[in-house]
Amino acid sequence: MAPNDTGIGASVRRREDYRFLTGQGTYTDDINRPNQTYAWIVRSPHAHATIKSVDTKAAKAAPGVIAVYTGEDFKAINGLPCGWLVHSRDGKPMIEPKHPILAHGKVRHVGDPVAVVIAETKAQARDAAEKIAIDYAALPAAGDMKAALAPGAKPVHDEAPGNLCFDWELGDKAATDAAFSKAARVVKLDLVNNRLVPNAMEPRAAIGEYDRATGEHTLYTTSQNPHVIRLLMGAFVLGLPEHKLRVVAPDVGGGFGSKIYHYAEEAIVTWASKQVGRPIKWTAERSESFMSDAHGRDHVTHAELALDKDGKFLGFKSETLANMGGYLSTFAPCIPTYLHGTLLAGNYATPAIWTNVKAVFTNTVPVDAYRGAGRPEATFILERIIDKAARELKMDPAELRRRNYIKPEQFPYQTPVALVYDTGNYHATLDQVLKLSDAAGYEKRKAESKARGKLRGRGIASYIEACGIAPSNVVGSLGARAGLYEAANVRVNPTGNVTVFTGSHAHGQGHETTFAQVVSTMLGIPMDQVEISHGDTNRVPFGMGTYGSRSIAVGGTAIVKALDKIIAKGKKIAAHLMEAAEADIEFKDGKFTVAGTDKSTPFGAVALAAYVPHKYPLETLEPGLDETAFYDPKNFTFPAGSYVCEVEVDPETGVVEVQSFAAADDFGRLINPMIVEGQVHGGLGQGIGQALLETCVYDKDGQLQTGSYMDYTMPRADDLPSFKVAHSVTACTHNPLGVKGCGEAGAIGAPPTVINAVIDALSEYGVTHLDMPATPHRVWQAIQAAQPAKR
Amino acid sequence: MPTVNLTVNGKAVSANVEARTLLVNLLREQLGLTGTHVGCDTSQCGACVVHVDGKSVKACTLLAVQANGSKVTTIEGLASGDKLHPMQEAFREHHGLQCGFCTPGMVMSAVCLAQNHPNLTEKDVREGLEGNLCRCTGYHNIVQAVLAGAQAMRR
Repeated sequence: MAPNDTGIGASVRRREDYRFLTGQGTYTDDINRPNQTYAWIVRSPHAHATIKSVDTKAAKAAPGVIAVYTGEDFKAINGLPCGWLVHSRDGKPMIEPKHPILAHGKVRHVGDPVAVVIAETKAQARDAAEKIAIDYAALPAAGDMKAALAPGAKPVHDEAPGNLCFDWELGDKAATDAAFSKAARVVKLDLVNNRLVPNAMEPRAAIGEYDRATGEHTLYTTSQNPHVIRLLMGAFVLGLPEHKLRVVAPDVGGGFGSKIYHYAEEAIVTWASKQVGRPIKWTAERSESFMSDAHGRDHVTHAELALDKDGKFLGFKSETLANMGGYLSTFAPCIPTYLHGTLLAGNYATPAIWTNVKAVFTNTVPVDAYRGAGRPEATFILERIIDKAARELKMDPAELRRRNYIKPEQFPYQTPVALVYDTGNYHATLDQVLKLSDAAGYEKRKAESKARGKLRGRGIASYIEACGIAPSNVVGSLGARAGLYEAANVRVNPTGNVTVFTGSHAHGQGHETTFAQVVSTMLGIPMDQVEISHGDTNRVPFGMGTYGSRSIAVGGTAIVKALDKIIAKGKKIAAHLMEAAEADIEFKDGKFTVAGTDKSTPFGAVALAAYVPHKYPLETLEPGLDETAFYDPKNFTFPAGSYVCEVEVDPETGVVEVQSFAAADDFGRLINPMIVEGQVHGGLGQGIGQALLETCVYDKDGQLQTGSYMDYTMPRADDLPSFKVAHSVTACTHNPLGVKGCGEAGAIGAPPTVINAVIDALSEYGVTHLDMPATPHRVWQAIQAAQPAKR
Repeated sequence: MPTVNLTVNGKAVSANVEARTLLVNLLREQLGLTGTHVGCDTSQCGACVVHVDGKSVKACTLLAVQANGSKVTTIEGLASGDKLHPMQEAFREHHGLQCGFCTPGMVMSAVCLAQNHPNLTEKDVREGLEGNLCRCTGYHNIVQAVLAGAQAMRR
């Protein structure tokens, strides 16, 4: 039986940690293949230019150079595919231009790959790359959406003359307009969701290897979903059959969305390794990551909230411009639509909602999912406009929220924007966070801050997210070009220990521990008898990988379903061993028992009988104890919570310090609370980073101004406080573990919480809104712009 | 090509390097010590921190030839056999790591920080780890780990 200290609900220390703490992790760049060569990618320094000529002669003659390839070599090869087709409100499909592996004819953002040098060493490849002479003719560039949509703007793609990719809507516009016409008050807000660079600490890397004897390609890559890469690159780009293509995503140093997508470098090393007949390694430098990893967010929104005289929400509408960048990244079109528009009900029973999203091509790096992906954007809009409404109504922001929450007895709750929330208790997380943050002691702390010349502010926000995106047939009807199930294979070995092969992929989440806790509890065997294997398409069943906080809800459920099959078969075997009826066999605490008797046989004995089938019902049952399950969820899961932040602003310098942060989340049942809290902490770090520090800046010519850690402000240890974290539980109703997912919550809930606190601190100056990040410069300017009398 | 002689994790090593080779490249590519990571190209992230003659140093910011004659300790050399160093143990106990990529540099910085400050406070730790970026943990558990690890090192 699984001891209580390692079962479901226990904060088991992570089994991954030993290798990471002793330098024994194996990240892609740690792998070296015999006779390996190195690739260096030449990238466009222009945001927008035609390529007049590329002269590679000198580079090819440089020391150590094996090959040089340009866009010409990839002309006949397909581009990187987009995995989601969105239709505009007039029914037309989005404009979907080719995304070439190496740019041909034209470059569309700074960092667009133009050529690749393969050489004996990385230094030689880099030296030779400098000898490639590329003649560019610069074109007018759109560094932001305003420039791209300006009349007469140069199209990023000829297929999209106005730079519009799609024009999408969701909700009932007539009903929403009618709701607004009855409103006692309409609150309006214009806001920007700042562009972010994901910045997983491990830069992307890829190694391509071709085995001439077997015709098999192997790609080692920094991916969150190796099977997705195998499918996209194999079937859609290079035309390689999947049974001759192995993709391995070994230890991966953080993803946050940015390692979901199929990137050009993966196709380059895979294709070129066959050409040169040797393995090729490519590892990004951080500056390359800034200009080649998909970015996140970058929305500009106008929103309006209609309320009645008692502060009840009557309607909500928003119009958003969403930046797609220079090309469509793998899941880009789905982020501002089905992961953003559908979340605009938030935690509230707003009866009428309408939203319009226009997706725009610009001369910037492609934008796609980043931790939260669409949901932080939706939450920021709602929680900021609700806060503004509370301020206009002179009402407690907690009370305004409470008055409008969906009530616990209203679940399942159909929102006006397509989703059905299965369960939740928003009042409970609000009560919990108010207590956790010592709301009662706030005024005293504010007075104490004031005595030190500081402005104290308190912000509150609630959030809901939709995790474990599903079911496949529904998302298919909405434009997804993939299924969104997960797979698991549970292999019981003859001596009763278990290897689980999961399609989920861990890159920091601790699946090797959490999943083992689930298996150990269900089979009643010690955790050290369970091994979790992931990341290698030659070992694990076809899986969709890890993103959108889906691993425990979808991947974990697939494991449970496979375990159910193992237990069902085990009962048949046990019945035969104990000469009892199958219907009388019970499985509990690692033992098969004949109901109502003291006859039992342990799990290990059943496993052995399955592989040494001497006393075994061979005529009706196959030997072996090895089961696979694919699980396609019935619905999203809906984690939710409420956060409170207190900040201090120095009115002399504009510096904002986060004094405290309290988070109360409902993630359904928790498997490993320690790991869950760690996920919340990490999300809060990124969310506070977005609110106060981080922003990706392009100038008007499309030059990336924040291209390194020197000028893109990553949150550091002394920028953040210690967090207070608490949980309440409403179990998910449609998966057997009752789990919801916890990976993105912090990044979704934190930005509006922090900004609401900053606005609260600045309220005496009449400041009603600030765009993120609330840097000292921006805050100081807001104070200076206030009426002198108030300063 | 210049030759460098140094002691790495207690073992004398000698290597021929290009003059432009960074210490981190020597460790990772020539000596196979891939526990030391490279997370940036501007000496900001600290994933490459090792100890050079007892001081924590960003190995991406030192030429291999500058380390000639030095004693270098990497993350691979911190534990005694299978027994983790108290700081490593504290990171495990307090869930001070997630993806593990920043961890070697974070632990090596933390060990030096603890050695140089007899009575670390949370503020000391947060300021002392300013040169090490982590994108996963929000630093909360790293700070807890370093405080606990520093205490354990004094025992």
